[in-house]
Order: sequence, then structure tokens, then C-alpha cells
Amino acid sequence: MKKYTNTGNKDTRSGFGDGLTELGKTNENVVALCADLTGSLKMGDFKNNHPERFFQIGIAEANMIGIAAGMTIGGKIPFTGTFANFSTGRVYDQIRQSVAYSDKNVKICASHAGITLGEDGATHQILEDIGLMKMLPGMTVINTCDYNQTKAATLAIAEFHGPVYLRFGRPKVANFTPVDQKFEIGKAVQLTEGTDVTIVATGHLVWEALQAAETLEAEGISAEVINIHTIKPLDEEAILASVAKTGCVVTAEEHNFLGGLGESVARTLALNTPAPQEFVATQDTFGESGTPAQLMEKYGLNAASIVKASQKVVKRK
Amino acid sequence: MSDNNSLENLVTQVRRDILRMVHKVNSGHPGGSLGCAEFLVTLYNDTMKLNDGFAMDGKEEDVFFLSNGHISPVIYSVLAHRGYFPVEELNTFRLLDSRLQGHPTTHEGLPGIRIASGSLGQGMSVAIGTALTKKLNGDNHLVYSLHGDGELQEGQIWEAAMYAAGNNVDNYIATVDYNKKQIDGATDDVLPLGSLRAKFEAFGWDVLDIKDGNNIQAIKDGLAEAKAKTGKGKPVCVLLHTEMGNGVDFMMNTHAWHGKAPSDEQLESALAQNPETLGDY
Repeated sequence: MKKYTNTGNKDTRSGFGDGLTELGKTNENVVALCADLTGSLKMGDFKNNHPERFFQIGIAEANMIGIAAGMTIGGKIPFTGTFANFSTGRVYDQIRQSVAYSDKNVKICASHAGITLGEDGATHQILEDIGLMKMLPGMTVINTCDYNQTKAATLAIAEFHGPVYLRFGRPKVANFTPVDQKFEIGKAVQLTEGTDVTIVATGHLVWEALQAAETLEAEGISAEVINIHTIKPLDEEAILASVAKTGCVVTAEEHNFLGGLGESVARTLALNTPAPQEFVATQDTFGESGTPAQLMEKYGLNAASIVKASQKVVKRK
Repeated sequence: MSDNNSLENLVTQVRRDILRMVHKVNSGHPGGSLGCAEFLVTLYNDTMKLNDGFAMDGKEEDVFFLSNGHISPVIYSVLAHRGYFPVEELNTFRLLDSRLQGHPTTHEGLPGIRIASGSLGQGMSVAIGTALTKKLNGDNHLVYSLHGDGELQEGQIWEAAMYAAGNNVDNYIATVDYNKKQIDGATDDVLPLGSLRAKFEAFGWDVLDIKDGNNIQAIKDGLAEAKAKTGKGKPVCVLLHTEMGNGVDFMMNTHAWHGKAPSDEQLESALAQNPETLGDY
């Protein structure tokens, strides 16, 4: 089985910030908007290098989304930055009408997604955002797994015309995808080859899936790990091809099982080749305060949970 | 510049269009549409600098956003008569497969519309965004928006108002359709707006009143004054005092026609008060 090396823990939000810094140099139409979280979103370099293209909106997320939609008229490519909770649920109607329905080229960039925001607790954690965003017609939904991939995705979405939700996080996590890997929206990345179970993971759970695959290998279960960075449009072909081989699937995400990646995969399988599936996700609950590692363990979002789910799903074949 | 007589004739025809559109599908919002007919006719045919044809980007021309999207009949009629799409298409208002949706949208590709509106309170933010882009592009044209007075009850409006003044968005004129009525009744009864002038001034805007918002000369003068106030560091707010249902006697002085279509007899009476000027579609 192919092994991956962690080149050093880094936060995915820094991948976004560094990607944005690069876009500042390479694409003069890129503008950045922030709702009083410049430091948290790592937008400081862009702000300092291009003050005329950086817009501090203040704590007014609804206004930020509307301004971003308006800025596209005249050719700008706005990147909005705030926490995932305030990027989605708080401004759902603004995104729905002014961005998605109006087909505006806005990039909604959301940090501190999921439960790994940690100590701030459930008011700031969001486990529903993938569902909210994927339900919007025309919205592309991306959840990246590490620093390198987040940086690559940030560059890629600037080249893509249409509304995008880019989801990333706060904690420093393994950085293991190739630094020069091109980001193709909607194209799954197969990380390991396997024959017994397909593990479809997104975001912070991708590294956990790789750890789980190693444990499973030692137990004689061959796992094929697929990194689904784009939840919508979903690379159905890649998932179906893998499940045709393995006959079962585990989905893994830092999100509620309702509305998440798992449901998208289940639909794909139901419409094509139904197969046993287990969901590694939160179980229709809010989060709470704690360290990221404690929370991942308590809410069953780590390698150990993926191993258990894999053992179970293989028996259901 | 257009002479007042030809603008008056256009207003009368727009009124007829509004009434006939709403009557045909027995739905839509005639009251606010009629109240803003003079304003939008003047804005599109006298005030704004517009390029030929329609480009979504709106570069090197003035740009208008309708934030209170429910008065779609009036904007559709004004856009059609301005040449954005065939006047006959007004006949498809609110019908299945029409580009003239109940509330305006870009989704069906209707020329003249740059943002969807209907869910209230969003258009000021959008207009500010376009005004900022015009500044970045070195484009000296202006951005206009229209809002219902009831719409100002939405919190996002005040987020936007604070931003525009705090960031010197002075290439922007926001107009409030100040008819003091909304669906459930008088704004004073539903949720009092207080002094809009004092509110916008406190937020840092330059505010002016158009006392007779259904008089073309008053609108011309007021918009000229508003334009003269742009470029001086402050966003400009026009309080346009209008009469909901203007031009149709039984639709005036009441909020009853906010979102109600006239019957056959009522239509006949309303059209008789507004004889055909440019020809019905």
C-alpha cells in the first residue's frame, strides 16, 4: 500500500492565506473581503500587499456577501473570508439570492469549519455547512484536506467561473499531499489502492483515513482511500469504480451525517450499484468545547472510528 | 435629456402595462409599481447614462439595482420601453417559462437585470459592491438603487448604510420609495421607521427629499441635486415621497393594492383613467 509522509503539521487556513497572497500577485481581478477576522483567516499578507483590493467589512456578514455579489459586476473576483458558521448559516439567504440564484462569481472561503475549531464551542463550530451549501443549485462545494491542497484549491477556484464554497479549518494537521499537485475541481484523488473496502474521506478526515488504512492492512483488510475534496459536483465515476471493486464503502467527514458527503455518496450508490455503507460523521448533534483531538475522539471522527466502521461494513457485504 | 411631455406619455403607458400585466395573471404588485413609475421612467430615460444593448458588467455606464423586487411590473415595463427586450414580452409576466419572473432575476437571462431581488434588504449591499468595483476600475459612472420604505426594517440595510458612509462610497445614490405603506398597513403601525433623514444623516449620508415623488420635474430636479452631491465623500440618500397606486384613483391612499390584482371591471376603470399613449403591447 502506498504510504504518505507528513511533511510537518500545518493549518489548512494558512494554505488559503498563502494561496490568496499568490493570487494577489497573479490575478489583478481578485479582491478579498473580510468580516473582522483577518488574522484568523490568514488574510493579512493580501491586505498588506494590496490594501486597495482588500475590503474590511466589519462584523456584518450579510453585507459582506451582498457587496461581494455586487463587486462581480464589473469583473472582480471576490473572496470572502470568515468562519464557516458565519459564512453559511448566518447568511444563507444572501448567498441564495444574491450569489447562487444570481450566478455571481463569488468565492465564499470559510475557516474554522467543523468541530476542530475546538475550545470556542458549538456557537462557532458548524457541522451543517456542507449540507447547506450543496443544496444550493449551482454552488460548487470544496472541503480540502491539508495545507498544500487548500493552497492549490484557492488558486484553482479563481480560474473557475461560478459561486464556490471553500471549506477549511483551524488546527495544524498533517500536510501530505504533493506540493505541486494541480487541483482539479470535481476530480477525486485516489490515495491508496485496495480491494476490500473503499474509504471516501474529505477534509481533515483524509489523513485519518490513511492512518486507518494502515491499521486495516495489518489486520488483512485492504482499503482503497479516496480523497473527495469536491463534494459538489461529486466524482461519481471514481466512487462507483472503486466500490465496484471493493463492494462496500465508508464515508468520513467532519460534518453531520445528515446533509454531508456520506449522503451524497449514498445517493450515488442507490442510483447505480447499491452497496453497504457506514458513515463516519457526527450523529445529528451540536459540538462542544474541548481540544480538537478530544473532540475528534468523543465524536468518533478519527482513524479508530474509520477502522471500526470498515470492519463493520466489510462484514455486511 | 427628455422633455416632460414625452416622459409623461411614457409613464401613462407604463401604468397601463403594469395594470394589464398584473390583471392577466391575477397576481403581482401594482401599488408600489404605480408609485414608482415616474421615478423609474425619469431615471432610465433622463438621468442615467446608459450604453446601447446590455452588458452584465455595466462598465462605463450607470447601473441601477431594484432592491424591492416585488415592484417587478414597473421595472419590466420601463426596461422594455428603454429597449432592453421586446415590449410584447411583457405579455409573459409571471407565466411558466417566462424571463419575466414574479420577482426579477438574472437566472433566465433577462437583459437589464443584474441581480435577483425579492427577498428584501439585499440590494444596498450589492449596489455598494458595484460602486466599489467602479472605483477600482476607474469608472466614473454612478450606481443607483431603489428600496421600499418597509424594506428598511431589514437589518442588512443598516449594515450596508454604515459601510457605505464609513468607506466614502460617494458614487452611489440610494433612493427610498417613501410611501409610508407596506403589506400589513401603514409603516407607522407595522414598525415605525422614525425619521429616515435623521437616521441616514446619523450614519453619515447626504440626504435629500423629493417632496413630490410622482412629479417628473420634481424628480428631475431632485436627481440632479443628488448627482451634484456625489463625489464628495458621502453616499447620497434620496427620500422619494410617493403615493402608492398613483394614477389610479381607487388604488391611492391605501395599502390594499400592495399585492393584489384588479378585477375586470377595476381594470377597465383604471385603464380609462390612463388612456393609451404609445400603444399597448
